[in-house]
Amino acid sequence: MQGFTQATARTLSEVFSTTSTDAGLSGFVMSSIPRRNAPVLWVQDHMSQNEAGRPYLPGLWSRRPMIHITLPRAADVLWAMEEGLRCASLVAVIGEVWGAPPVLDFTATRRLATRAEASDMPCWLIRRGAVPDLSAARNRWRVASLPSMLHPHDPMAPGDPRWQVELFRSREMEPGTWVARYDRAADRVDFSAAFRDGAVAEGDSAAGLRAAG
Amino acid sequence: MERWQKAIARQGCAPPDDLAIVLATEGPHGPVIHAANRAARLAGIAPGARVVDMRASCPDLRVEYADVEGDRRALERLMLWARRWCPWTVVDGTDGLILDTTGSDHLLGGEAAMLAEMEARLSALGVSAQLAVAPTWGAAWAMARHGAVRAICPEGGIAAALERLPVAGLRLEGETLLLLQRLGLKTIGALAAVPRLSLARRFVRSPLPANPLLRLDQAMGALAEPVASVDAPRRMRAEARLPEPIQDPTHFLPLLCADLCAQLAHAGLGCRALHLTVYRTDGEVSTVDLVIASGSRDAGHLHGLFKGKLERINPGFGFDLITLDAGMVEPLGTLQIGLDGGGEEDLQLPRLIDRLGARFGSKAIKQPVLVARHVPERAENWSDSAKAPAPTHTKERPSRLLTSPEEIRVLYAVPEGPPAQFIWRRQTHRVARYEGPERIAPEWWTDRPGTRLRDYFKIEDQTGRRFWLYREGLHEDGRGGDPRWFLHGMFA
Repeated sequence: MQGFTQATARTLSEVFSTTSTDAGLSGFVMSSIPRRNAPVLWVQDHMSQNEAGRPYLPGLWSRRPMIHITLPRAADVLWAMEEGLRCASLVAVIGEVWGAPPVLDFTATRRLATRAEASDMPCWLIRRGAVPDLSAARNRWRVASLPSMLHPHDPMAPGDPRWQVELFRSREMEPGTWVARYDRAADRVDFSAAFRDGAVAEGDSAAGLRAAG
Repeated sequence: MERWQKAIARQGCAPPDDLAIVLATEGPHGPVIHAANRAARLAGIAPGARVVDMRASCPDLRVEYADVEGDRRALERLMLWARRWCPWTVVDGTDGLILDTTGSDHLLGGEAAMLAEMEARLSALGVSAQLAVAPTWGAAWAMARHGAVRAICPEGGIAAALERLPVAGLRLEGETLLLLQRLGLKTIGALAAVPRLSLARRFVRSPLPANPLLRLDQAMGALAEPVASVDAPRRMRAEARLPEPIQDPTHFLPLLCADLCAQLAHAGLGCRALHLTVYRTDGEVSTVDLVIASGSRDAGHLHGLFKGKLERINPGFGFDLITLDAGMVEPLGTLQIGLDGGGEEDLQLPRLIDRLGARFGSKAIKQPVLVARHVPERAENWSDSAKAPAPTHTKERPSRLLTSPEEIRVLYAVPEGPPAQFIWRRQTHRVARYEGPERIAPEWWTDRPGTRLRDYFKIEDQTGRRFWLYREGLHEDGRGGDPRWFLHGMFA
């Protein structure tokens, strides 16, 4: 499954959050970026930075060089992303836009998508505080954090993170819902089928562990 | 002093003229007066005295610190500016300029007219000057400082002109001046009247600044002292003079960029700043300034940076002169491009940063670099200058960090332990699992005294979101009241 997100995601993908301050989105996006020692361009608008923080280099897995830009307006974020997609030295372009500004319409996303496909580079748009509306993004995900795995040494501590990942619109593959577990030691994401039973999914950590295992 | 007065007047807080103000520099025994304004000089304050002594005699003295290095640079610029009168100019000491005007005075209508024009021009700059013309460097020095106003010494009349001036006009050290005064030699004429042999015997081992005989020879012209002028750095500039005023400078930019880059390539240089100046027919001048991430002389790239910048220029009735200057010039080698077009890839990233910086300002763009420090907000540094090998943090860190930690309200069971529940942004989070504490002590070498330590907890709440909280301080650690709790970041 991880091969899937890496191989086919060389286009524009959108990620939505269920709660606006969830950091699972950036973890999911970073884990699906190709492992190359090239810089990532990370563009944020001010609102995203104030509400959900900025990416923190010591905490990002497989620390790779990063160019970080904070801009006041969503139109500037889109311009900077498009400019970044023209540069072949980058490994990926990540943009964060808060809410649903009018400039982020079908045309704008279509520009980004065609530009990303022309330069064969993954481009991720992180949308916080927004509902999915009309967009030309080729893959649209919804990510929410789930209770983490059991820590191998400490039963009270949170272990490897898990997310509920929903692909609700895609050109390349069938939409579906998975539970993604990030394996920190191996630096990869394992996808497994989602729970059918909502009661178990919402349950506490012990139940979650049994369901995943 | 005048440079300082101009700077303070530009800030709009110029002090009244009758207030005594001095500029001071650090001496071996406390600050020493470097320069004084007119009111201070009238109150008997002389440069070289100690500030504390002068404070005693003049209690309402205002003391500012002198910018000696800035004065030196200003004098160098003034030296280059003075090339308008003659081609050979040189800085003399910390407060003088020497102009070799041989052959150029008749262009300005004779020596007297030239001095008058120099004084007028310099006073227009806000600089007062004491001017003199003499056949030698030493004689001009003496007459400018100790002679009459705008003194002119004819060829062959040096001895007569210097006869009545004090020996301080010979550029001698203080100790030698004192010695000459004790010997009763007060004027240059008196010194010249002493037999040459006895002076030579007395000062045979003295170096030039302490040797009155050599200095006298220099002033009289018996010892050569040529003016060694330094070349001004060449300005990299391309300009387009237009026969008819135009409204839009866009079409001339590619030509200007190509011209400038050809000049830079010829000199083996690259520029890191560009200044486009547009001169309107009605005398208005507007400029567009750009900063570039790495030295460049690629015409296409430089031209692209001006995209969207030219619309802000108000054309008025049109422009008739456009100039493009290269600033911050640095050496730049030629880069070999591979046969397959490779070698360009190293350039792509700086160019991207240029384009983004030209649009959003270079401050918005940051490249974080890991630093070996424990305090989380200092563990990454926003610069690309640090080239040290990246340290490895073994502890787990959050993937997102809030710009400033946000205070939360906490319910806890044990004072030293993790919280049971906390309220952040009006939402209640129940702690399901936790890891910690991880204690991070303040850096005593940078932090203020009294900074409290932090105990960090990794918290997972009931919905599965993971936060990074810390408690600032301990109970009864003597550094303030009860410890406060903050939320600092989020784990993926």
